[in-house]
Amino acid sequence: MIMDCNCIEPPPGDELLTKYQYISDFFIALAYFSIPLELIYFVKKSAVFPYRWVLVQFGAFIVLCGATHLINLWTFTVHSKTVAVVMTTAKVLTAVVSCATALLLVHIIPDLLSVKTRELFLKNKAAELDREMGLIRTQEETGRHVRMLTHEIRSTLDRHTILKTTLVELGRTLALEECALWMPTRTGLELQLSYTLRQQNPVGYTVPIHLPVINQVFSTNRAVKISPNCPVARLRPQAGKYMPGEVVAVRVPLLNLSNFQIYDWPGVSSSYALMVLMLPSGSARQWHLYELELVEVVADQVAVALSHAAILEESMRARDQLLEQNGALDRARREAETAIHARNDFLSVMNHEMRTPMHAVIALSSLLQETELTPEQRLMVETILKSSNLLVTLINDVLDLSRLEDGSLQLDAATFNLHSVFKEVVNLIKPVASVKKLSLTLHLAPDLPVYAIGDEKRLMQTILNVVGNAVKFSKEGGVSIIAFVAKVESFRDARIPDFIPVLNDNQFYLRVQVKDSGSGINPQDIPTLFTKFAQTQSPTARNSGGNGLGLAICKRFVNLMEGHIWIDSEGIGKGCTATFIVKLGLPDRSNESKAPFVHKILGNHGPTNFAGLKVLFLDDNGVSRTVTKGVLVHLGCDVTTASSSEECLRVVSHEHKVIFMDVCSGIEGYDLVERIHQKFTKRQDRPLIVALTGNTNKVTKETCVRVGMDGLILKPVSVDKMRGVLSELLEHRVLFETI
Amino acid sequence: MDGVVHLRKQLVDYSASLFQEGFLDDQFTQLQQLQDESNPDFVVEVVTLFFEDAERLLNEIAKALGQGSIDFKRVDAHVHQLKGSSSSIGAQRVQKVCIAFRSYCEEQNVEGCLKILQQVKEEYWLVKNKLETLFKMEQQLLAAGDS
Repeated sequence: MIMDCNCIEPPPGDELLTKYQYISDFFIALAYFSIPLELIYFVKKSAVFPYRWVLVQFGAFIVLCGATHLINLWTFTVHSKTVAVVMTTAKVLTAVVSCATALLLVHIIPDLLSVKTRELFLKNKAAELDREMGLIRTQEETGRHVRMLTHEIRSTLDRHTILKTTLVELGRTLALEECALWMPTRTGLELQLSYTLRQQNPVGYTVPIHLPVINQVFSTNRAVKISPNCPVARLRPQAGKYMPGEVVAVRVPLLNLSNFQIYDWPGVSSSYALMVLMLPSGSARQWHLYELELVEVVADQVAVALSHAAILEESMRARDQLLEQNGALDRARREAETAIHARNDFLSVMNHEMRTPMHAVIALSSLLQETELTPEQRLMVETILKSSNLLVTLINDVLDLSRLEDGSLQLDAATFNLHSVFKEVVNLIKPVASVKKLSLTLHLAPDLPVYAIGDEKRLMQTILNVVGNAVKFSKEGGVSIIAFVAKVESFRDARIPDFIPVLNDNQFYLRVQVKDSGSGINPQDIPTLFTKFAQTQSPTARNSGGNGLGLAICKRFVNLMEGHIWIDSEGIGKGCTATFIVKLGLPDRSNESKAPFVHKILGNHGPTNFAGLKVLFLDDNGVSRTVTKGVLVHLGCDVTTASSSEECLRVVSHEHKVIFMDVCSGIEGYDLVERIHQKFTKRQDRPLIVALTGNTNKVTKETCVRVGMDGLILKPVSVDKMRGVLSELLEHRVLFETI
Repeated sequence: MDGVVHLRKQLVDYSASLFQEGFLDDQFTQLQQLQDESNPDFVVEVVTLFFEDAERLLNEIAKALGQGSIDFKRVDAHVHQLKGSSSSIGAQRVQKVCIAFRSYCEEQNVEGCLKILQQVKEEYWLVKNKLETLFKMEQQLLAAGDS
C-alpha cells in the first residue's frame, strides 16, 4: 500500500483501481479511528478492566495506523516533501508502537485467556452447587417425610395401625405402586402376606422363609434391590406391556420378648418381617440412594414401634394377671378371716354350750350318787360320772389348746408346794399302777426347793399326763419319776439345740425325767408325738387310745414355762424316757418358812378383803337388798344393786365379777341367767351368777344347775359365810352348797 | 362412870331378852357386826327401812284382803316380801307368822288370812317397839359416854 515515492505516474488504466484504493484507505482510517473511541468508551464504562495501559497502547497503535492510512490518501497524487516527511514519521511511530504492542500482547493474551478459563471453571462450579442444592433439598424433603412417618408410626401403640400407617406413608412419600409386608408365621417356616397398600384384603399368600432372595435380604440391614419376578414381589398380575418397576426389600426386626436383650437388639433378633416396595411400573424411575436410606430408616422405626407395642401388650397382660391374682388373694384372705371368725365364734359358743349341759350332767350325777341306789345303779352312775368327767376334760383340753394357740392363755404365778405336787401325782397314779402291777417310784433331789412360784395346776397337769402315759403304755416293770434342779451345764444336750437358758437369781429350772419299761417307741415316730391329733401308724404306738392332744398340750405348757420337753426311746420294746425342763420361780427367803394359805374350805380362813371386787346384787326386797349390800360392802366389795331383771341387765357390765341373785323373792331369775349368758359370750368376761335362796328343796338347786348358774348358797348369809363364798367362787368359779 | 356402866348393863340385858324371847335372831347380830366407823348408823338405817317397808306391805295386804274378790296371789306376794324383809333383819317372830300366813294364802282361806294378818300386825308392832326402845337406850349410852 505504501507506494514508491518516486512519484512515477501510475499507468492510466489504473485510475479506477486508485480510486478504489483511495476509498478503502479512507474507510480503513475511519475504522481505525473509531475503534479506539469505542474502546475508550467501553473501558470508561467498565470499572474492572485491569489493562488500561494496554488499551492506551493499543489505541495509540490503531490511531497511528489510521493516521498512516489517512496520510496515504495524500500520496496518491503528487505530493510535497512535507507530506512525505509526515508520512514517514507517522509510519515510523506506528512501527514503534505496533512492535511495542506486539511485545506487550505476548504477556497480556495468556492472562486474558486464563480469565476465560476461570470463568468457565466458576460456571462449572456453580452448576455443581446447584445440583447439590437440589440434592440437599430432596434429602430434607425426605427427612421431613421420615419424621412425619415416624411420628405417625410412633403415635400409636396398636400394632395394626403402626404397620398400616407405615405402608400408607411410605407409599405416599415415595410414590410407590405397591408396598407389602410379609410377617413370619407361628411356625417360623413361612412368611405370610399380612399387609398391603393397595389391595384391601390380602389373601393369605405364604412363601417359605428359606428362599435365597429372602435370606439375602435378612442377612443385611440395608435395603436390597430384588428382582420383580421373585415370589415376594409378584403381588398383582402383570399390567401388560409395561416393565415392572424396580423392587426393593428390607428386613424389619421383630421383638421376641422371651429373649429380649437390650444391648444387642436388633442385631440378634431371631425373627424378621419383610417389607417389599415397588416403584410404579412403566415409569423409568430408579431407586435413588436417598430413597433406600429412607426405607432403611423407616424399617428401623417400625421395628422400634412394634417392639413398644409388644411390650405394652405384655405389660397389660401382666397387669391383668396381677389384678386377677390380687382378687383371688383378697378372696382367699377374706375366706380365711371368715373361717377364723367362724372358728372363734364356734369355740366360744361351744365353750358355753358344751359346759352347761356337762355341768348339769356332772352335778346331777353326783347328786344321784348320794341317793339310795342298787349296786347296779351305782355302777351305772359311776360310769356316767367317769365318762362325763372325761368329756369335760376333753372339752377343757380342746378349749385350752385353742387358747394356747391363740396365745391368749396366760400362766398363773403363785407360790405352791412343789414336793406336794409330785406326791399328789403319785397318789393319783398309784391305784392305776398297782392294778397293772407296776412299781411307781418317786425320787426328789435333796436340793429341790420345797416351794416354788409358778402355775401349779398346769404343772401338775403336765406331770400327770407324762406319768399317765408312762403307766398307760407299760405292761410290766415300773415307772420311775426323778425330779431335780437342772444345772446349766446339762443344757448342752444335743436334743435341745436352740435352748438358751436365761436365769436370774430367783428362778431355777426344774428337770423331770419319767422312765418306763414299756413298749417303747420307734425313733422315727418321736417327732410326731407332740403334734396334736397325730396318731402313729404302728399298733403299739403311744398315742393309740388317747385323744392325741395330751402331749401337744403338755408341750405348749412347757413352752409357756420357757422350757423344753422331749422323749427318748431306744426302740420298740425297750421302754422310753420322757424328760422336760421348765422354769420356775423361787419364792423369797422370808416366805419359805410360811405355809402358803390354803383356802379351800368355807370358813374363816382366806382373804378378808376383796377390795374393789365388783359385784352386782339383785333382789326386789329393799330390806334384804340393803342388808346384803351391807355385808358385801363390809367385805370391801364394790356393790351395785338392782331390783329387777331389766335393771340388772341394764347395769351389768363385764367388770362385774359376780352377780348374786335372790331367787326366792319371785323374780324369774332363771330367764335372766339365760339373757346374761347371751350378753357375755366370752367365758372370761362373764360374771359368775350365784343364786341366793332360802328354799331348802332340791328342786331349786336342780333348776339353778340346769339353767347354768355357777353357784347356789342358802340364806341367811353371814359375813363369814359370804367371805368364804366369795373366796371359793373366785378360786373355783363354781360353788353349789349342799342342801 | 357409874351411870355408863349401868346403862350398858341395861342395854345388854335388854338385848339379851329380845333374843331370848325370839323377837330377834342371829341375823340381827350380823347386822350389828356390819356396823363400823365407815357405817355408823347401818343398823338404824336398815331397821328404819324395814319399818317403812313393813307398814306399806301391811297396808297393801289389808287392802287386798278387803276387796270383793281377793287376789290371793297378790297377797301371797306381799307376804313373801314381808317375810323376806323380816328375815333380813332378823325379826324372827314376824318371819314365822309370815310363813304361816303363806300357807293360808295357798289354801285361799280368807278368814284364816284375816286372822293371821292381825297376828302379823301385832308381832310387827311388838318388834318395832322393842327395837325403838333398844335404839333409845343405845343413844343414851352414847350420850352418857361422851359426857
